[in-house]
Amino acid sequence: LTVTKVGEGARAVPLAGHVGFDSMPDQLVNKSVNHGFCFNILCVGETGLGKSTLMDTLFNTKFEGEPTQHNQPGVTLKSNTYELQESNVRLKLTVVNTVGFGDQINKEDSYKSIVEFIDAQFEAYLQEELKIKRTLHSYHDTRIHACLYFIAPTGHSLKSLDLVTMKKLDSKVNIIPIVAKSDAISKSELAKFKIKITSELVSNGVQIYQFPTDDESVAEINSTMNSHLPFAVVGSTEEVKIGNKMVKARQYPWGTVQVENENHCDFVKLREMLIRVNMEDLREQTHTRHYELYRRCKLEEMGFKDTDPDSKPFSLQETYEAKRNEFMGELQKKEEEMRQMFVQRVKEKEAELKEAEKELHEKFDRLKKLHQDEKKKLEEKKKSLDDELNTFKQKKMAAELLLTQAQQAGGSTTLKRDKERKK
Amino acid sequence: MSDSAKSHHLNPHGKGDKTHASDFSYVGIDAILEQMRRKAMKQGFELNIMVVGQSGLGKSTLMNTLFKSKVSRKSVLPDPEERIPKTIEIKSISHDIEEKGVRMKLTVIDTPGFGDQINNENCWQPIMKFINDQYEAYLQEEININRKKRIPDSRVHCCIYFIPPTGHCLRPLDLEFMRRLSKVVNIVPVIAKADTLTLEERDHFKQTIREELRANGIDVYPQKEFDEDSDDRMINDKIREMIPFAVVGSDQEYQVNGKRILGRKTKWGTIEVENIGHCEFAYLRDLLIRTHMQNIKDITGSIHYETYRVRRLNESNILFTAHPPEHPTPGTKQSQTYNLFTCTNPHCGDWEEDLNSNF
Repeated sequence: LTVTKVGEGARAVPLAGHVGFDSMPDQLVNKSVNHGFCFNILCVGETGLGKSTLMDTLFNTKFEGEPTQHNQPGVTLKSNTYELQESNVRLKLTVVNTVGFGDQINKEDSYKSIVEFIDAQFEAYLQEELKIKRTLHSYHDTRIHACLYFIAPTGHSLKSLDLVTMKKLDSKVNIIPIVAKSDAISKSELAKFKIKITSELVSNGVQIYQFPTDDESVAEINSTMNSHLPFAVVGSTEEVKIGNKMVKARQYPWGTVQVENENHCDFVKLREMLIRVNMEDLREQTHTRHYELYRRCKLEEMGFKDTDPDSKPFSLQETYEAKRNEFMGELQKKEEEMRQMFVQRVKEKEAELKEAEKELHEKFDRLKKLHQDEKKKLEEKKKSLDDELNTFKQKKMAAELLLTQAQQAGGSTTLKRDKERKK
Repeated sequence: MSDSAKSHHLNPHGKGDKTHASDFSYVGIDAILEQMRRKAMKQGFELNIMVVGQSGLGKSTLMNTLFKSKVSRKSVLPDPEERIPKTIEIKSISHDIEEKGVRMKLTVIDTPGFGDQINNENCWQPIMKFINDQYEAYLQEEININRKKRIPDSRVHCCIYFIPPTGHCLRPLDLEFMRRLSKVVNIVPVIAKADTLTLEERDHFKQTIREELRANGIDVYPQKEFDEDSDDRMINDKIREMIPFAVVGSDQEYQVNGKRILGRKTKWGTIEVENIGHCEFAYLRDLLIRTHMQNIKDITGSIHYETYRVRRLNESNILFTAHPPEHPTPGTKQSQTYNLFTCTNPHCGDWEEDLNSNF
């Protein structure tokens, strides 16, 4: 069998007429529309920074949920999935909230549950990918595509909790930092705040998500937006009448902050970047960069290696067999260990039980002896009482006899006396 | 973690006019379609088509006609002798073509020598091997630790099988080949050089072929079991009623009724290739290129490739039954390899818990 391959670099060939494969992008898009899309957002930030409100504002719906209390013992992640539809696009949106973030006195471990959660989603995907019989095309992708990091509007600088958390997350997820409740800061303070934040992020080596500038149709808008990070947002689901329109706004005695007014806040920019321009890129970066990194680390951790081009092409079977033997060996060892532990525990328990049994026996013996002694005593007492009784009876009988004799004698004596008198 | 999916309709009445940025009811989720389109245009597409059939059935010409350019083996590797090779050769030629900004890497895989020997036993084997080798290459790349951003796809998406226009029925070679290969690749059978059949002969031939395929349990594209929904089924049923398409290929243009069209000129008339009254080339082109190209690639990727992968990964498990472990792991074969990658036994945890609770 001879296999000839020509055109590995491929040659450009002109077409003499309309072939029709320009419909490919449409075919691809149609298939995706039928399939539906998935998008997962993680909101990290202290309690009370308006995370839920911002989600409601971004997606124009009231997602469920009560505002959380501030007394959580640790950070937990709560995720909710919603099915949204706009024209013919169906989106499965998952919003994950960090509950209790920043509320503890000791916040050293706050970031851990977040990292664990993100890793768990990667792990789930990896396991599905490694299955023998897998259904990747219908798999519900739960990997986090975008992480909105809510920065408290102090106006000064980033908190150390923020820096630490973002540093731990930047290699695992696309981070988009935003200044929350930014109507608390004046315009000039905001500009200084943003500069401070950006410089702190840079000096600490935190990699935040950059809107892509390689595609010419969006390069310009994306690079402009990159310079506006972090976005200063205000969220509101309440509507206020401005002029003759109802707009989303927050009403104060001194004025009204309009959410969708770009002079008031960066909400529109956030929505534009997150949803209307870069949603697909966020998904792609998650899959091709963050997930691949996780996968590579996980597999290397388990000892898998790619072969170098010089050695023989590696046989799938060999690697599997080697790994499998290793695993079986470990499994056997662990089983043995557990078996021994089991035996040990059984022995210990047996000894305990024996000890208890012995004690019980002793107690029983003691009690029995006690009982016997008591019984003996009682019997003796009974005997002595019986003896007394017998003695008494005898005395009584003797006394009665004497009395009867005495009476007879007395009677006869009386008779005798009478007789003598009569004589 | 609660995982309830609640349905929200963002724009129940609206059309979602993008120009109204202040339209508060419009979120902009449907912009993702445009984003996907942009990404696809940037990345370009790949398509790998294999043509199989005896010499002289017009395979190369048909490829040139389909893609309106010189993409066939004969155009690229001209063989002045036009010799028929002694054994099957597999010749794969790639081209970059572009239409209205959409770039495609087209690979045409030709199989000269198929069915041309006196003894054609096992002539499908080299072809099966080639197809499986492409799956293998993809699998190897997929299980690498360091893998490429986009795994180059050399898997055969579609195999066009050329049936000689005898007008009678399928030959044993045709049946054997299609029976074996329909299990690993999408097969699109076509009646080659259909201009030798009258319309009645053609219809009769097609019906015979369809019956024979059904009787032999051969599933050609579009396979009934992969119809996704009732709309799909409707469209595909219509196609299934028409296959195999009776095609005529030509890369020469003639003047007919003031227009220049592709055709074959004979003494008794000019056969217009793209005229559906004359032959069914246009249907084939529409199926392969204009409507079902993505679907063909999807079925290759999510069904044929996955079938290969399952078989391949299970093969490596067969080795282990020869050395049964002393303490067999509970669970199915699938979970055994799954455990291989996670290096945990799901039951160990339970045993530990039991121990701890009992003592």
